[in-house]
Amino acid sequence: MSVMDRRLIRETSFGLTTKLWQISWIYVVLLCALASVGYVALYSAAGGDPEPYASRHILRFGFGLTLMLSIALVDIRFIARMSWIAYAGGVVLLVLVLKMGHGAKGAQRWLDIGGMAWQPSELMKIALVLALAAWFHKASWERMGNPLFLIPPAIAVLIPVALILKEPNLGTAVITGVVGATIFVAAGLRWWKIALGLGAMAAALPIAYSHLHDYQRQRITTFLNPESDPLGAGYNIIQSKIALGSGGMWGKGFLEGTQGHLNFLPEKQTDFIFTMLAEEFGLVGSLALMALLLTLVLGGLLIALRCRHQFGRLVALGISMNFFMYILVNLAMVMGAIPVGGVPLPLVSHGGTAMITVMIGFGLLMSVHVHRDVEFGDGRDEF
Amino acid sequence: MKREAKRTGVFTRRALLIGGAQIAAFGALAAKLYQVQIVEGSRYATLAETNRISARLIAPPRGRLLDRFGEPVAGNKLNWRALLIAEQTTDVAATLDNFSAIVPLADHERARVERELRRHRRFIPVTLREFLSWEDMARIEVNAPDLPGILVDVGTTRLYPFGPALAHIVGYVAPPNDADVAEDTMFALPGMRVGRAGVEKYHDLNLRGRAGAVQLEVNATGRVIRELDRQEGTPGQDITLTIDSALQQSVLARLGDESASAVVMDARNGEVLAMATNPSFDPSLFNSGVSQAQWQEWTRNRRAPLINKAASGLYAPGSTFKMAVALAGLESKAITPFDTVSCPGYLDFGDRRFHCWSKYGHGSLDLRGGLKNSCDVFFYEVARRTGIDKIAAMANRLGLGVKLDIELPGTRTGFIPTRGWRIKQGKAWNIGDTIVSGIGQGYMQLTPLSLATYTARLATGRAVQPHLTRSIGGILQPGSKAEDWPSLGIPERELHAVRDGMFAVVNDPSGTAPLARLPMPNVQMAGKTGSVQVRNVTREQRENGYKSDNLPWEFRPHALFVCFAPFDAPRYAVALVVEHGNAGAAAAAPVARDIMMDVLTRDPASRRDAPAARVAEAKT
Repeated sequence: MSVMDRRLIRETSFGLTTKLWQISWIYVVLLCALASVGYVALYSAAGGDPEPYASRHILRFGFGLTLMLSIALVDIRFIARMSWIAYAGGVVLLVLVLKMGHGAKGAQRWLDIGGMAWQPSELMKIALVLALAAWFHKASWERMGNPLFLIPPAIAVLIPVALILKEPNLGTAVITGVVGATIFVAAGLRWWKIALGLGAMAAALPIAYSHLHDYQRQRITTFLNPESDPLGAGYNIIQSKIALGSGGMWGKGFLEGTQGHLNFLPEKQTDFIFTMLAEEFGLVGSLALMALLLTLVLGGLLIALRCRHQFGRLVALGISMNFFMYILVNLAMVMGAIPVGGVPLPLVSHGGTAMITVMIGFGLLMSVHVHRDVEFGDGRDEF
Repeated sequence: MKREAKRTGVFTRRALLIGGAQIAAFGALAAKLYQVQIVEGSRYATLAETNRISARLIAPPRGRLLDRFGEPVAGNKLNWRALLIAEQTTDVAATLDNFSAIVPLADHERARVERELRRHRRFIPVTLREFLSWEDMARIEVNAPDLPGILVDVGTTRLYPFGPALAHIVGYVAPPNDADVAEDTMFALPGMRVGRAGVEKYHDLNLRGRAGAVQLEVNATGRVIRELDRQEGTPGQDITLTIDSALQQSVLARLGDESASAVVMDARNGEVLAMATNPSFDPSLFNSGVSQAQWQEWTRNRRAPLINKAASGLYAPGSTFKMAVALAGLESKAITPFDTVSCPGYLDFGDRRFHCWSKYGHGSLDLRGGLKNSCDVFFYEVARRTGIDKIAAMANRLGLGVKLDIELPGTRTGFIPTRGWRIKQGKAWNIGDTIVSGIGQGYMQLTPLSLATYTARLATGRAVQPHLTRSIGGILQPGSKAEDWPSLGIPERELHAVRDGMFAVVNDPSGTAPLARLPMPNVQMAGKTGSVQVRNVTREQRENGYKSDNLPWEFRPHALFVCFAPFDAPRYAVALVVEHGNAGAAAAAPVARDIMMDVLTRDPASRRDAPAARVAEAKT
């Protein structure tokens, strides 16, 4: 880094007003825009009524936004110190959900906290990002070459992935694994190790398939040939594609989507909310929404690139990767490109706790942005 | 700092790489979206429409059947029924209990309701009870708060105002079976009925009409959201029959308790004015389903109420056949009207003796005398001279033993034997068979309807066909004018000789049926009696003073009478069979006379035009 480029490293702490000024308000506006798309979609999903989805959605978003802005003001170094505590808490919650959680179709995913049902796996992903970022914050390029140094974070990834698989929740386990792996890559994992890891995964796929639950295998079979069971497991995929396809270029118009309004489309307020929108607003509308989503993903990446400390970079990258994976899995699912699994479209789908976890993530992202230039040693001294 | 720069550089490169991968993934998703929404869009659009739109049929109202004066003899009446929609009640069992308290449901009805409730989706109405009375309906409406999910709905059901009186002509309708549904999907609709007998069956295609179609928007569970398009169907056509319902009732009343049938026909055009069969049945019972007990009662009754005796009952014609024999003889020049035959009371042929009904004989008789006295020996001799094949040919020309164009499914053709038929059976035709055929006995079997047709043809010399349809959908059908029917081609001279004999039967004091003489000054009737044994009379019985009155009912002879009037200008023909009524002259002739009196007084054939025209006008 040249002397010319070096910006002033800020004071250890700086004033609240300055911090507020540092928040990326453009990013906040984009998030509000996405939540508004969610309002419109949920208004339509309820048959042209703010009740029961849309009004609650916007209330939750208001709460989530407040939470996000509050977290944005928390010093990133304090957050870094809390990382492993958060991680430990996440693991405890995952164990608890296996012991006393509830859910559907033989899967235990939900835990009641404060009168709301939470998916600890959602919180775990953020905690994992923090923990890995904290670990690799102190990792120099040379240290990244040391296999012994990589073993503890690898275990830190595998524990939650294994616990989430046990629920079982294949979709979230895969996303968790991918997010963790992305941080490894960004932290400077050697390419040959990356190649080795990918090879090992490819080899493990058949073994993994044999350990899948029946309903998970059913999904995969149905995905490969949805017409084999048009009224059973393939129904969702077929109806979703019919809804997308019948939307055409310009869509059927707001509140005019027949597939959604006549209930042919399943789970239209949650998993299939994108389909609902695409039916009513066509390819033009769905591409516009995808552009907004991509902007938010790349915006997160930009925050990572602008950050001057490794912890912040890795957190921002991990959070934006997590957001990206949600979108990727959800969109690919409704388009019939991957097997269906209960992954919502963040900030658009109906669902309280999912939105709050996502907003916590964006809070951390914003905290990285606010504290992008703080003095933050490479950790040898502090850790 | 160098170390820091190294890992920052690695991070930046890899982050950009990851960003590139993310953009590529979005690009792939966008491409997939383009394929689904644009490339395959029209296919999915069609599928979405198929999902959304459900085409349903609307039942057309069934056409009515009217008598010749426009009086409905089969119509549609509103049918109030109670339906249950399961999803509108929280407790189906409680609702059913409350309903039973108002309108008692039998156990089997309740079982059926529960079965249907299990089979259908919860928003589909299940019929609890049809044909509700006004009182029941009112009680249900008053108790509506206790009956959540129950609604009273109106459909239509077939109504037969004349009930049993016209059952055999009008027929009846019944719920369609699987074969009907396969033929016309309209029959899958609730409340549809298909003609199963009589004119209801014969004209079913005209009566049923064409179903309308309605396009409904439905949701994923099949519930109707709204109506998109509606095409009204074509209602079934009204059909005007030739029947005079008032006359029909009157004829039926005159038959009393006898197991009997009578056909009244317009002799000039074959229009059937009345066709009464006694006993009869209530056709509306088939509409809602006949109970086992009722069915057994009908089928075990030896008077066979379900059989249309007029069109499907087969009887040996007996002496009523003698006109056909006479005409065959006259035409083949085997006899002339003036040839005489001497009757000593029997005819010996070979080693067999054929008895006349009068054991003292009739002495010397010509054709007129033979008919007047119904002398058997005279007709034995005519038949012997003419030969069976010529008799059969003449009988067929006169409408006997041939298929008639009557609109009643199940009508029997009857049978006139021929030499060829017997040989085909591998047996020989004996002259003795010809001789008994001369008096309408032996192998031959005929329906009262064919006897009425025969009488009408004798009276007018035209090949009229019996028919029941006057107009369909207000359009008069061919056959209602005398000119529509071709001449039989029998010389008037010969026909007159036969009619003259029939005149003598009734009007000559020494004729066989003087009781049939009309008590009217200017109108005379011509007729012929017939009595046919249902089992052979043995020589022993004959010598011991055989009297059929002493036999059990089912062994007594059938009594027949055929007649037409007025003699000078024949207009009405009547054929009457009283099963096991003994002698035609005593049991049938007076009844036939009363029927003819009734017909002549009402004169439906000449009254018909004005009202029929009014009906036609009202339709347009």
